[in-house]
Amino acid sequence: MDDFYREVIIDRYKNPQFRGTLDPHDISFQDDNPLCGDHIQVDLRLGADGRVAEATFDGHGCAISQASADLLMESVIGKSLNDIKQLTRDDILQLLGIDLGPVRLKCALLSLKVLKAGVYGLKAASDDLVD
Amino acid sequence: MTASNPMSAINIPFDIEHIRADFPVLNREVRPGLPLVYLDSTASSQKPEAVIEAMNGFYRCCNANIHRGVHTLAEEATAAYEGARARVARFINAPSARQVIFTRNATEAINLVAYAWGRANLSAGDVVILTEMEHHANLVPWHILATEKNIRLEFIPVNEAGLLDLDEYRRLLTLGPKLVSFTHMSNVLGTITPAEEIIRQAKAVGAVTLVDGAQSVPHFAVNVQSLGCDFLAFSSHKMCGPTGIGVLYGGKEILEAMPPFMGGGDMIKSVHLRSFTPNALPYKFEAGTPAIAEAVGLGAAVDYLSRIGMDAIAAHEQAMIAYALERLEEVPGVKVYGPSAQHKGGVAAFSLAGVHPHDIAQILDEGGVAVRAGHHCAQPLHEKLGIPATARASFYLYNTPAEVDKLIEGLYRVKKVFS
Ligand SMILES: Cc1ncc(COP(=O)(O)O)c(C=O)c1O
Repeated sequence: MDDFYREVIIDRYKNPQFRGTLDPHDISFQDDNPLCGDHIQVDLRLGADGRVAEATFDGHGCAISQASADLLMESVIGKSLNDIKQLTRDDILQLLGIDLGPVRLKCALLSLKVLKAGVYGLKAASDDLVD
Repeated sequence: MTASNPMSAINIPFDIEHIRADFPVLNREVRPGLPLVYLDSTASSQKPEAVIEAMNGFYRCCNANIHRGVHTLAEEATAAYEGARARVARFINAPSARQVIFTRNATEAINLVAYAWGRANLSAGDVVILTEMEHHANLVPWHILATEKNIRLEFIPVNEAGLLDLDEYRRLLTLGPKLVSFTHMSNVLGTITPAEEIIRQAKAVGAVTLVDGAQSVPHFAVNVQSLGCDFLAFSSHKMCGPTGIGVLYGGKEILEAMPPFMGGGDMIKSVHLRSFTPNALPYKFEAGTPAIAEAVGLGAAVDYLSRIGMDAIAAHEQAMIAYALERLEEVPGVKVYGPSAQHKGGVAAFSLAGVHPHDIAQILDEGGVAVRAGHHCAQPLHEKLGIPATARASFYLYNTPAEVDKLIEGLYRVKKVFS
């Protein structure tokens, strides 16, 4: 049952590879999960080809939210903004390698929601982005 | 006190196995082989057979809309609904059942006061005193009114010990508040507030008082006449009753002087095309078809709690929290928030160094232990504590010391996963 906390999740939570902020950046966005007070900020820097050259996240939250943010940042490097717009909840679940109930799904999807809201240039993040 | 034989170390004032047998859900396994350890009664309690059966029985035998009808079922349904009101009135020692208004929950009861009494009686610059440890239910209605009416909100601070700062309260009273609205027991810190004292001092300066009894009424005897409050709000689902129904108790004169809250059927005496006359208490505040079966369930819950005795329940929870605090403090990295056991009810909000409360709750659930994680609808209090969230274990009449031991075992598992 402790499979939920797969090694990769605990490892990314304790030793994130993409934690930080980028200044200057091309895209930056942040949002909270009001349920648990989780907070995530995502910064992106784009290369000359318009693809993501650097990606970081910052903030605080549970292992699921932090590990999924770290894995997501890793996965978007080299992607175009259009590729990012196509990302779905299934991509996150695949990165985490676990199945999640409705409450924890919100934690896992917070970083994707923040990332997509930034890429779309929205004023506010919406759950529609990750449905 | 030893962990190996806690049952002998704490004094349980009733036959706990008998009580547990009254609650069907406590028999279930969360997953095969994993019995449920339910430590989340502060959010919502479990329901005894007697309550479930009372509601079933109502639907099977005498379901009909209440009042006005003259057929047998309507008469029986009305008697059942009004009988529940009378039971609730006795339970809190209200002078009259007419002073017991059924709402959807404690939240709606507080909103009723804010909208009906507050709108009619508060104006720009008026002071309302709340506390820093309120549930959002006793904050946001006043925020809304503050925006609408420009009233001024003041807060009794929570001190380091998790208690209200009564010196600061006395200072705030010199501002001449119109209302003092406060929780009888914090759903995070577990702090039981000195309600009688707070009310006595509020009355001395002419303020109206509202007690949020969502956590007190389920857990110890609350007597509105000895409290002397103008209003008391609470929810059925936290006291062994169903969801969907709550109570506002109010003083007779203040309720009579208040304008209605919602308009519609039942709350009127007469209606004309361009006017209406409100009904008498309590119907004036009960617009539309109420939660009838739920009232019946709440009545059964009150009977159930009374039969066991609120003093015995309080004594049991006192023993449980003392034992839980002792065991929690043994676990390295655990920090419990709130006062010592003698000032609190059966609630332990805690953190574990390096682990987010969500992860604590998730791993505990893997061992069948249900606790809650988050800010528990008390975000300002968590801001004051300087943490975004806590994990919270809470106890009710059906919990055992052995369940505390399961919680502690679970916390050691959490530590191992995150080691
Ligand atoms: C102290 C306190 N007040 C009010 C409420 C609101 O209760 P309800 O959601 O049933 O309206 C709660 C519930 O958690 C509470 O603990």
